Amino acid sequence: MISRRDFVIAAMAAGMLASGARGAFAQAARSGKMTQDDILRFDPVGTLTILHTTDLHAQLEPIYFREPSVNIGVGDARGLPPHLVDEAFLAYYKIAAGGPEAYSLTSLDFDALAGTYGRMGGADRIATLVKAIRAARGDGNVLLLDGGDGLQGSWSSLQTKGEDMVRVFGALGLDAMVGHWEFTYGAERVQEIVEKAPFAFLAQNIRSAEWQEPVFEARKMFERGGAKVAVIGQAFPRTPISNPRWMIPDWEFGLREEDLQKQVDDARAAGADVVVLLSHNGFDVDRKLAGRVKGIDVILTGHTHDALPAPVMVGSTLLIATGSHGKFISRLDLDVKDGKVAGFRYGLLPVFSDAIAPDPEMTALVREIRAPFAADLGRVVGRTGSLLYRRGNFNGTFDDMICQAMLTERDAEIALSPGFRWGGTLRPGDPITFEAIANATAITYPACYRNMMTGQQLKDVLEDVADNIFNADPYFQGGGDMVRVGGVGYAIAIDQPMGKRISDLTYLKTGQPLDPSKTYAVAGWASVNQGVEGPAIWELVERYVAATGTVDIAPMASVKVSGA
Amino acid sequence: MAIKSKPRVKVPSEAKAGEIVEIKTLISHEMETGQRKDSTGKTIPRAIINKFTASFNGKTFFEADWFTSVSANPYQAFFYKASESGEFTFTWKDDDGSEQTASAKLTVA
Amino acid sequence: MQLRSWTPSRRETMGLGLTALLAAALAPCLVMATEEAVAAELKKLYGDKPMADGKIKLDLPEIAENGLVVPLNVDVESPMTDGDYVKAVHVFADGNPLPQVVTYKFTPQSGKAAASVRMRLAQTQNVIAVAEMSNGTLYTAKAQVKVTIGGCGG
Repeated sequence: MISRRDFVIAAMAAGMLASGARGAFAQAARSGKMTQDDILRFDPVGTLTILHTTDLHAQLEPIYFREPSVNIGVGDARGLPPHLVDEAFLAYYKIAAGGPEAYSLTSLDFDALAGTYGRMGGADRIATLVKAIRAARGDGNVLLLDGGDGLQGSWSSLQTKGEDMVRVFGALGLDAMVGHWEFTYGAERVQEIVEKAPFAFLAQNIRSAEWQEPVFEARKMFERGGAKVAVIGQAFPRTPISNPRWMIPDWEFGLREEDLQKQVDDARAAGADVVVLLSHNGFDVDRKLAGRVKGIDVILTGHTHDALPAPVMVGSTLLIATGSHGKFISRLDLDVKDGKVAGFRYGLLPVFSDAIAPDPEMTALVREIRAPFAADLGRVVGRTGSLLYRRGNFNGTFDDMICQAMLTERDAEIALSPGFRWGGTLRPGDPITFEAIANATAITYPACYRNMMTGQQLKDVLEDVADNIFNADPYFQGGGDMVRVGGVGYAIAIDQPMGKRISDLTYLKTGQPLDPSKTYAVAGWASVNQGVEGPAIWELVERYVAATGTVDIAPMASVKVSGA
Repeated sequence: MAIKSKPRVKVPSEAKAGEIVEIKTLISHEMETGQRKDSTGKTIPRAIINKFTASFNGKTFFEADWFTSVSANPYQAFFYKASESGEFTFTWKDDDGSEQTASAKLTVA
Repeated sequence: MQLRSWTPSRRETMGLGLTALLAAALAPCLVMATEEAVAAELKKLYGDKPMADGKIKLDLPEIAENGLVVPLNVDVESPMTDGDYVKAVHVFADGNPLPQVVTYKFTPQSGKAAASVRMRLAQTQNVIAVAEMSNGTLYTAKAQVKVTIGGCGG
């Protein structure tokens, strides 16, 4: 394990804390645009390198992805990374505004900087970086791990039930992954993937409902760089609550802290020099867990899509946050001596697609995978006049557009859209392709229902979802961002207990308070219930965009936030 | 609702003397709470398994009284410290007085 | 209605995992147990005997995945010898229609005073365990389980 003293030494050696410059970004901060060499430049430490991707959401091609401008931390996480955005983020990490770091890590001046620095990610760019690092470090010295939500989030992944990304991960030489959205392909398909995939699928925290026995391999020992590295998998513990339980009826999830401690202890007993938790818990859950489960060297975090340019240290455990959608990969070099981690160096490598030469083999594979769907993917449905993004605690313009589509196409008074964190960003003037719509909607339970709900029921829904995000104890949190609403406004007091956060529900059409006893026609999608009927959300959004021509979404002002 | 299907038991067949073994049991049963009403508004009467007993060579070592909050198709896991070879007997007692039993052999080396 | 899953009667059902919420809303007349009801049960069993915290490990999910099937594991620290063992463990839920969940009777042959069962939880509430040791001393532990109508994917 890494002592705090070792950490400070390693950090100073890397110039991380001392100067505020971090790994690959250090060069670019001075020179504007980054080159592939800038991105790959890294002063190696020890003999072992761990590479981490997470929450790729099946994005095979480079995309724009705007980071959140609202990401509120509660309880012990208040005011700490990853709950710093924009100016506060730049100040904390001593990053200059307007450069490639600021572009990739914040929402500031997004459209203009996107024009300068371009799209990020792409499987072929990631392949180039992975291959280059393997070549520099030696093939047997690099471990490549993915933190889940890799097999879902695009049209081709939905159509192939994740097979597209299984092939891409196979071609990348992935060693192991964990899961969350993967489970929405159903238990049978997940088990098929686990059997066929050329990499390990790890999950210590899933049990058979009937006999309470492990369903998946919990951990795997890898020998890399002369070290024994135990990787323990942690699937998203709230999957059966946040996503349809009926798709995985025989499995129980949960955090299972004690079982995890046993896995760590067993791994050490089996001779592990390094213990890594490949996690889809979400950052705040992992931060709490790191203080309670002893003996983990590194937690590779995921789920909450945070990108942090430096590790967060909890006791002797390093927390790494690699972002989402292929915008970044993490490189962590570990110096292993006498059966423990003696030092490390970390870099969050930005995948600037214009700077990195695509790997030809991966380019060919991606082309082959996408070919059968080319007509759908490329279909231009309309155009956007404004920035369309999703990520943020309360609303994003992409979801505002989806809500508008539901209100119009389903003749509803109120619309509810799930607080998913995934989905790309479109810039003003961009065409809205079917692919862009699918990137925000491609799920296996897409039906858009229309139903009657009382004002009181709606308030109860908002209260319940709000507590899943803003409960002061991260172990009681689950799921994504706040449910997005159309047709109503409300006020939310973050620091209040469940049942007391939501007030001033207003029916926007009349400006009158929502009547608790009156029923309203509500349209929504992504219900976790079985047997929901209605058109697929992407069809409905496509119809709306096509009818509208050019979509213009003004920034939403109908959610008032206090107590943050 | 009387007990209708055969209970299932998972218990190791061998153990060392002094070893603590885990026993898992499952039985199919509605565990009707007595809190529900049928479509005509009549209360559906309570019908649950109210007692589970585990014994070894005739001597009871674990009992569970179950109430209406126990889930349908009750699962019960517990432990036993092995000392000699012999046979487990497990008994489920229904509100209606009926009983179901299961047994399993344990060899202590 | 309360403890059963809600069967949608409409062709298009509600979104966002409303099952539990609607089940609760459709049975507003059900009287739920309270902390007082749990205290009354304990008084029947043990009078006003004092109870200490500790010894009991109550293992429950922070958030129930399915309120109809919540795994409950209770584990009481004890040497489980003839002279010093756990005689009984009582488990209560203060937000269910009736507070009792399960009562275990252990013996030294149990080896471990630990047992797992699955329980119904009608709403977010506390689960309380009380252990009676062979010398008559009592211990108690409490844990809250959240029963939610669901998050939003993520």
